[in-house]
Amino acid sequence: MKLRPIAGIVLRQIYLMRGSPVRLFPMVTWVAIDIVLWGFITRYLNTVSGAGVDFVPTLLGGVLLWDFCTRIMQGVTTAFLEDVWSRNFLNLFSSPLSISEYILGLVITSVATSSIGVVVMLLLATGIFHLQFFSMGLPLIGFLTVLFVFGISLGIFGSAIVLRLGPASEWLLWPLPALLSPFAAVFYPLAVLPQWMQWVAHALPPAYVFEGMRSLLAGRPFPGILLLQGSLVAAFELLLAAYFYGRVYGHAVRTGLLARYSAESVA
Amino acid sequence: MPMPLTHPKSDRPALRVSRLHKVYGSVVALDDVSFTVGRGEIVGLLGPNGAGKTTTINMVLGVLAATTGSVEISGIDIAKQRARALARTNFAAVYATLPGNLTVVENLRFFGLLYSIASLRSRVEELLQDFDLAHLRHTKCGLLSSGEQTRAALAKALLNHPQLLLLDEPTASLDPSAAQLIRAKIKGLAAADDCGILWTSHNMHEVAEVCDRVLFLSRGKVLLEGNPQTLPREHGSATLEELFIRVAREPLAHKAEHA
Repeated sequence: MKLRPIAGIVLRQIYLMRGSPVRLFPMVTWVAIDIVLWGFITRYLNTVSGAGVDFVPTLLGGVLLWDFCTRIMQGVTTAFLEDVWSRNFLNLFSSPLSISEYILGLVITSVATSSIGVVVMLLLATGIFHLQFFSMGLPLIGFLTVLFVFGISLGIFGSAIVLRLGPASEWLLWPLPALLSPFAAVFYPLAVLPQWMQWVAHALPPAYVFEGMRSLLAGRPFPGILLLQGSLVAAFELLLAAYFYGRVYGHAVRTGLLARYSAESVA
Repeated sequence: MPMPLTHPKSDRPALRVSRLHKVYGSVVALDDVSFTVGRGEIVGLLGPNGAGKTTTINMVLGVLAATTGSVEISGIDIAKQRARALARTNFAAVYATLPGNLTVVENLRFFGLLYSIASLRSRVEELLQDFDLAHLRHTKCGLLSSGEQTRAALAKALLNHPQLLLLDEPTASLDPSAAQLIRAKIKGLAAADDCGILWTSHNMHEVAEVCDRVLFLSRGKVLLEGNPQTLPREHGSATLEELFIRVAREPLAHKAEHA
């Protein structure tokens, strides 16, 4: 694996931001709206609930962590879609760039772009709503890592779907986090879900993270087993997503789909 | 017509295509295609629409896998060492413009990194001067005229001093004056850099002017190969264009006639 091609993929995104600063707007706006909206909801719930109950860490913390995961996914897919929108596949994949270099470039790009959103969320949540995000201590690093890996997996999986089904299928990507969120149990314990939804939830690493987060905030001991389970599922799904992307790319090269990837739909 | 697999100019060609075969379901897109492009040689790949020219180019570029057969670039099998082979290749085509939301200089730097070009900054400056793009360096490629886009794409195609250059109708959108300059530049490149060039075009006058050798493809097969100056007479045509039209309209009859 060479560094320069990876740097090229990242540099392209920097050029795009520099050339069109308006791209920063959605990175900041949606997360800011989420935090402000949920911040006031939690503040209201605190006033109407029984004394001693603080919804800020559970609800606002949940929003922040779920948005982090979603932004990571969208960082990967948006960087990939830049090549779809600019019909750049032929130039890109006829270069010595390998698939692993390309994916790594997308991941680094995603880390950079999603960091902007996370910083904004942290500033708002801490500054306005007094969320003590780091009060969870070291386990937070583990939770964030699991969500990061899952976000990357979703991004790679989503990119593979677009590569396989054609540019029009990008509309399948955007609602993906919303479709998964009920199963991820961001705001409620897994136990409230019907059994079949719990089975699905066990295949989603965020479900372990949010269950662990709630346990920690309730003052129970560090849920190491949940973090371990979430990490294993996340690692397995990352490998699965990478394998899936490789298979789709191989199919695209065999069938000629990659070479004529400019039609509205190539499914 | 049988073809030699080697070219007299070099025993280690820039490109060696051996028994390339591509099947989509029941459709045969390429049928046992073999040819070489020597170093410093410009080979014209001719044929009517759907003959298999772009399919061949896509296979050489590694974006389309052959059903059977092999492609070697400077002796490196693209199926086995893709990155090494493609580092020695580049291409420009009218249907593969550079991303329109990046400026000319940004595009050249971006692709320069993909090709791991050493001294990238100076190489980019050199190409901006060579292709008269210096004054457009900060213009987004999507805002360039088609002629300027072609020059930018050619500049990108030469970033890595390719040993094999694939040009799919490189002058299709240029005015006659600009096209002549580009042809002269590419001919100079082949001679000076010892770069093998595979050139597709529907402009037979251009092909006759530029190419050392031509290959006629029709329905996925190579029907004819030879010197563009002498080939028409050898096959009873006055010009390359006349020969092209005959081959395009009656490819199978023509093949039987000259078998």
